[in-house]
Amino acid sequence: MIELKDISKTFNAGKPNEVKALGKLSLEIKQGEFVVIVGSNGSGKTTLLNMVAGTIFTDTGTVTIDGNNATKLPDYGRSKWIARIFQNPLSGTAADLSILDNFRLAALRTQNKGLTIGKNESFKQLVRDKIAALGMGLEDKTEQPIGTLSGGQRQALTLLMSVMDECKILLLDEPTAALDPRSAEKVMRTADELIKQYNLTAILVTHNLKDAANYGTRIIQMGEGQILKDIPSAEKAKLKQAELFEWFG
Amino acid sequence: MDFYLTALLQGLCFAGIAFGIYISMKIFNIPDITTDGSYTLGGVVTGILLTHNQPGWLILLAVIAAGAAAGALTGIIHTKLKINALLAGILVMTALYSVNLTILGRSNLPLLSLPTLFSVVNFLTDPNQNSLIILSLFVAALTLLIGYLLKTDFGIAMRATGNSEPMIRALGVNTDRMKIIGLAIANALTALSGYLITQMQGFADISMGIGVVIIGLGSVIIAETLINWLQITSVWLSLVLVLAGAIIFQFVLALTLSIGVNPNMLKIVTAVFVLIIVGLPRLTSRNA
Repeated sequence: MIELKDISKTFNAGKPNEVKALGKLSLEIKQGEFVVIVGSNGSGKTTLLNMVAGTIFTDTGTVTIDGNNATKLPDYGRSKWIARIFQNPLSGTAADLSILDNFRLAALRTQNKGLTIGKNESFKQLVRDKIAALGMGLEDKTEQPIGTLSGGQRQALTLLMSVMDECKILLLDEPTAALDPRSAEKVMRTADELIKQYNLTAILVTHNLKDAANYGTRIIQMGEGQILKDIPSAEKAKLKQAELFEWFG
Repeated sequence: MDFYLTALLQGLCFAGIAFGIYISMKIFNIPDITTDGSYTLGGVVTGILLTHNQPGWLILLAVIAAGAAAGALTGIIHTKLKINALLAGILVMTALYSVNLTILGRSNLPLLSLPTLFSVVNFLTDPNQNSLIILSLFVAALTLLIGYLLKTDFGIAMRATGNSEPMIRALGVNTDRMKIIGLAIANALTALSGYLITQMQGFADISMGIGVVIIGLGSVIIAETLINWLQITSVWLSLVLVLAGAIIFQFVLALTLSIGVNPNMLKIVTAVFVLIIVGLPRLTSRNA
């Protein structure tokens, strides 16, 4: 589903503040895999995720998504495959727009946003039903600006928005880093359910080793722009949280 | 009475600028001051085409196209060259002065004997009242058009662009393109104000746009104060309040003149008035 070949990235090349974020890295992620990426700050994991998302381009190598060469395709061109959840829970939704408007845009992620009014009664009902399934009591507040909700609620809704339109890949960039423990757990559980239900290919970047141990089918540790460890499904199931801590020892 | 009727007519004419500033400043969150230039551009295009006896529909289209081109240029400079929006606006506005002077050929062009939008139909014999009806219809159509646009899927994407850029890009919208279109719409609306005012006052003038951006800002700030105060989320009501803001603004100016303030002081009164509207809610909330 995602194939990265010999990708590398250097920021501020040739300047005193030059940073080598990724060096000649290759990675293949198959359809339906849920890959968790861990690594210390500056290990290149976010750079890697952003290259899949299309917010930064590689210096070398190629990015292939769903069989298409996407190396030079910007983020808005990759939305036909990819939905994203941001580290900042406020980034994934438009604060001044109603919940309904946010969902309307999400329902058109892979399509053109045309000059017709798409928010009809059946769409409103669909959104209410989907939100009701979250069990957060937000289904009666769909006309409210989404900015009036808490970060945890907004992050959970962003997750739900990702499957409003056809979705193949879900990118989660430290989705719970800014949330309280309870909201964080709710968001992670919702993400896991959606990934299984829709058979999504997913990448989760996280610093939370408990989440890294509990979720995903494959785990990758990164360091200095390289893949240090790559544990496939069968062995990951046996991996204990304590062993993960030792990786960072 | 006639005095306030004129103020109302002016307010309706400036609805275009108010909508334009509302779109650039409130919806896209971009401080765009191409306004002074695109307003005058609308005026001079109207003036020159009227003196060449061109049909009304052509003048209207030409004004919209000219304003849109000016706004798109600011948008391109801002997004593609990554230049601060304020500076991009100033650059285009400055360049437009020469463009406007070239189009007009001189600094002032009287149009008094020519048939205008306001003499197309005669609903009433009093010219001012007749203008009021035509202007009301025109502005109502404009409001409906913008309101509809903002309710469409494209409009929702426009509103999201000013809110969270990472989000809307992740949802497949080219935000650069969206901002260019947004500034084009905003300045087309501004040019429409120039189009209306020129026909209303019966002349086009190269300096008619000086400081006109403050009218748009003032109207939008009045509207915003009301929107926040009444906690309005409806797009339609917001637009109606922006329109009301434009009219209130002209009434305040008319009132200032009617109590005998020196017309030379009008700009300072305008500036102080806008300052008061901006400052008052902040001062009261600090005391609370």
